[in-house]
Formats: sequence, C-alpha cells, structure tokens
Amino acid sequence: MAISQTEVRYIAELARLQLSEAELAEYALQLSAVLDYAASLNALDLAGVPPTASVLALHTVLRADEARPAMERDALLANAAETAAGCFRVPPVLE
Amino acid sequence: MELTGLSLSAAAALLRTGAVSSVQLTEAALQRTAAADGTLHAFLHVDAAGAMTQARAADASFAAWRKNPAGGQPAVVAGLPLAIKDVLCVAGLPATAGSRILQGFIPPYDATAISRLRAAGAVFTGKTNTDEFAMGSSTENSGYGPTRNPIDLTRVPGGSSGGSAAAVAARMAYGALGSDTGGSVRQPAALCGLVGLKPTYGLVSRYGLIAYGSSLDQVGPLARTVADVALLLGAIAGHDPLDSTSLNEPVPDYAAALQTKSLSGLRVGVPAEYFAAGMQPEVEQAVRAAIEQLRALGAVPRPVTLPHTAQALPTYYLIAPAEAAANLARFDGVRYGPRSAGSGLWEQVRATRGAGFGAEAKRRIMLGTYALSAGYYDAFYLRAQQARTLIKRDFEAAFKDVDVLACATTPTTAFKLGEKVDDPLTMYLSDVFTLAVNLAGLPAISLPCGLDAGGLPIGLQLIGPVLSEVRLLQVAHAYEQAAGWQAPQLAV
Repeated sequence: MAISQTEVRYIAELARLQLSEAELAEYALQLSAVLDYAASLNALDLAGVPPTASVLALHTVLRADEARPAMERDALLANAAETAAGCFRVPPVLE
Repeated sequence: MELTGLSLSAAAALLRTGAVSSVQLTEAALQRTAAADGTLHAFLHVDAAGAMTQARAADASFAAWRKNPAGGQPAVVAGLPLAIKDVLCVAGLPATAGSRILQGFIPPYDATAISRLRAAGAVFTGKTNTDEFAMGSSTENSGYGPTRNPIDLTRVPGGSSGGSAAAVAARMAYGALGSDTGGSVRQPAALCGLVGLKPTYGLVSRYGLIAYGSSLDQVGPLARTVADVALLLGAIAGHDPLDSTSLNEPVPDYAAALQTKSLSGLRVGVPAEYFAAGMQPEVEQAVRAAIEQLRALGAVPRPVTLPHTAQALPTYYLIAPAEAAANLARFDGVRYGPRSAGSGLWEQVRATRGAGFGAEAKRRIMLGTYALSAGYYDAFYLRAQQARTLIKRDFEAAFKDVDVLACATTPTTAFKLGEKVDDPLTMYLSDVFTLAVNLAGLPAISLPCGLDAGGLPIGLQLIGPVLSEVRLLQVAHAYEQAAGWQAPQLAV
C-alpha cells in the first residue's frame, strides 16, 4: 500500500518529529514497503484469536502507601537543558 | 599468562585462589582496550579510573576474606571486569543508547542489573556501542559510528549489542551485558563467536534499561563460555519490585546445574521452518552437524513444525515500532539530552527530535505511530497482537512434544559493513530466526557451532519453554564441552 507524503507529514506531526523534504520522500517509500510486507498478516484467519499485549498475565503491582526516600531533586534536574526554581523550564505553552 | 583471554569462570577461580588480582585483570582489560578499540570502536565510554577503584575494592574484599574466612567470601562476580551496553544506566557514567538525542546524559541511578552486579563487587570498564535505542542488527545505526567485527574488520559484529560482543570477542572485557528485543544479544554473539543468552521475559529486571519494546526487551549476558553466561545470569536474575513485569520466581543456581553431562533422552525439536531457503549452506550444515552431536550425547532429535514462523517478522515490525513510538515519546529535550532552538514549546520539541534521532529510530517511530493511529490500529496493531498469540501457541504446542528446539541463530555469518544499511527490510531479515522467541517471551541461547570457509563464526540457537534456563544451559554446556570449538582468530 502506497503511503502519500501528505500522510507521512501527518504521522510526523503526530510523532512531533521535524522531517526534511528528503526524509518525507524517503519515509513515504520505506513505510510503504514495510507496510506492504506487514500486509502478509491479512492472509491469516484471526477470527476469535485474542490479542497478546504481553506474554505475562499482567496485574497491577501495589506497594504499601508509605513515605520513603526519593532521589535528590538536584540530581534529577542536573541533565535538563534549562531549569528554574527547582523545576524543568520550557517556553510558555499558553500565550 | 595472557590474562585477557581468560574466561570469566577461570578469572573468578584465579581471584579466589589469589593467583591474580582484580587490579591485574582490570589493568589487562583496559590496556587491551586502549590498544584495540581505536580500530574496533566497541566502547562509547571507557571509565578506567572508576574501574580501577572498583578493582581495588574487590581486591580488598578478597584480602579481608582471606584474613577472616568466617566473614564470608566475596560474591562469584566480585572483581570481574565487565563491559555494559549503553542502553543500561550505570550511575555517574554517560548513557546514550547510541543516540545523539541522549548525548551528555548522565543517569543518577543504576539499572537493577547493574546495582546487583555492583553490590556483588563487579567492575565496569565502560559502556559499549549499540544501534540507536537497540534498533538494528549491525551496530551501524549507532549515532556515534559503527563497531567493527574483531574477526574481520570489514564486517559487522552484529547488533544491536555489537559493542558488547566485539568487546568480549576482542578480549577487551571478560564478559558483558547486552539487551535482546528481537535477537540483539544472540545475533551478535553468533556473529562474534560468543555465547549469548536471552532470558525468559520477566526474569531479569528492566528497571534502568532504556526502553525500546517494553513487552519484548530483556537484559542478557554475553561471554566466552556457557559457564560464564550462567554465572552472569545468576548475578542479575530475580524479582525486582521496581519492574512491574518482573517475575516473582526463585532463581536457581545456574552454574551448579551445569554439572549434568548426559543428555540421555532429551527431546530436541528441529523446526522445519528454521531451515529455510536463502540460508547460507555452511550455516545449515554446521547446525545440522551440531544436532547430530547432540544425538551422540544421548539426545533424541525429531522434526517439529512452527507453522506461523513466516508471520513473526511482519508481526514484530508492527509491535516493536508501536512500543518504540510510545517509549521514545519521552525524548523531548526537557528533562535530558540536548535541546534544539524553536519558537514555542512544540517547535522546540519537533526540532529537538528531528535533530536528535537517527534514520532508523525515526523510521520506527513513524511506522509505530502509523500502526497505532486512528483508522489503522485494528488493521495493523491489533492484527499483529493476534498473530503474536498464534506464534506463541506454536511454541506451546511444540513444547508438548520436545524439551528444547535447535536451529541456527542467524541465516548467514557476519555480513559486510554497509552491505544492508540502505535497505531496512533486508536488514530486518538478519533477525528472522530470533524474533519469534521475543514475541513468545521464551528463553534462548546462542553458542558457537563452527566456522564458515572464511573463518567466520556460526551460531547454534537453543530455545526452551518459559523459565527453562537451567535446561538450556545444561544442553549448551554439554554440546560446548563435546564440540570443543576454539575461539576464532582475531584480526586485531
């Protein structure tokens, strides 16, 4: 199935990924090829087959609701591009 | 004595007798790294000073034990120099996951696999190269340049744990940790002539492992011998409250379990689908010869069928990118990594991600986002999850009749650098024999079973049911002892 560059641009927007014109053209071709290949799954009869999201029988893991030591705030902020007043700093979201 | 060629188990034994010190082992590994890694580029970061500090501490713990045996002896991995794939967080050392988007990131905490090794006294010599976010089969997708195969410098070491494999194969480390989402421990182990184990999903904690495909990822050891891999697995396995998918099961003594030599009556399944057209003939011959060797040891090979094998690759390349797209959403230049300029938050995030991710990471983010997007979820992602059920059922049915499966780890030996890098689908085919194991959550081990005409290693893969690591290690050990393969000639 052919993916258009318009669709690629839309997917890149969903993924918050800035792509060049050359990348948009390349990914339109490569995604089409991989999705064509993936379409081989359409030959399977999957009626009534439950999906597997994890091989484990997942259950919610709880712990006692007790205060315990956490990592130092300064250590957690140390890798950030910009911080202010003990917080991560970003440009204004609301104008 | 050439220290760097020692197996982990031999080095551990010599440390215990006092014949060598951890400082000697570590110095030898670091000297070898300084001499060879300019050519190989297995390491992204070498921590010589930190490693020597750990080595001296380990030697002190051995000295204290000798002085006062009642104080208890150091753990089995104490003093052993290891290389760590750069997708695992080691507190205070850079962790890039092979990506430019994490350049300069220094995690303030240890992954659980690392904290366990650290508590046991192991030595970390450095962080090893990987395909970006463990996405690849050759280490060519690293944002910091490829690693070369130490057996043939024109060829890839495999991937994505190619740096770890090259480090151990080239004797720059005695053992290493990697991660395996679709074959990323087993495939480079095969291509570099090593033993590599992918544990049962949930056996080793994923806490502190930079996530790629969360329902598939497992941390696994690479080393020179089966006993070495057993030793490392025992040190990192076991329940961890910090990982909600961690199994709460007792950890057996893997190393002790290797004493069983006979394979009498062991039922070995030979899956027809894993001897497919397009395999390098020498790989097939070596694997069939290895199965005959297992027969000579008392095993009973029999044909089995895994009918949905052909669907494993398309299933994997929908599920893994979907999970990757979700996991890689966190890289936005806010909490870690470099930040690109842009007007406003979203422009900044788009620019940061566009500049920071490499081609393969972008490709998988796009593919995964597409498969999860409205209108395509049912057609792609849901179908893939249903196909995953069929693949898992294939293995469950096979393991009603056999104890382990034997097949090749990879369809070919190590390929040339640059040979597949421009063709994603061809590259993906390198993992055609390893991916289904991750989809089914099973344990599998790759070990050397010969060389091709060019002297390149061939890997035998043994696959078992959930939590059959003891049996896999026993079978692998028995084969390894009987076959007696020597380490391949190094080019560096």
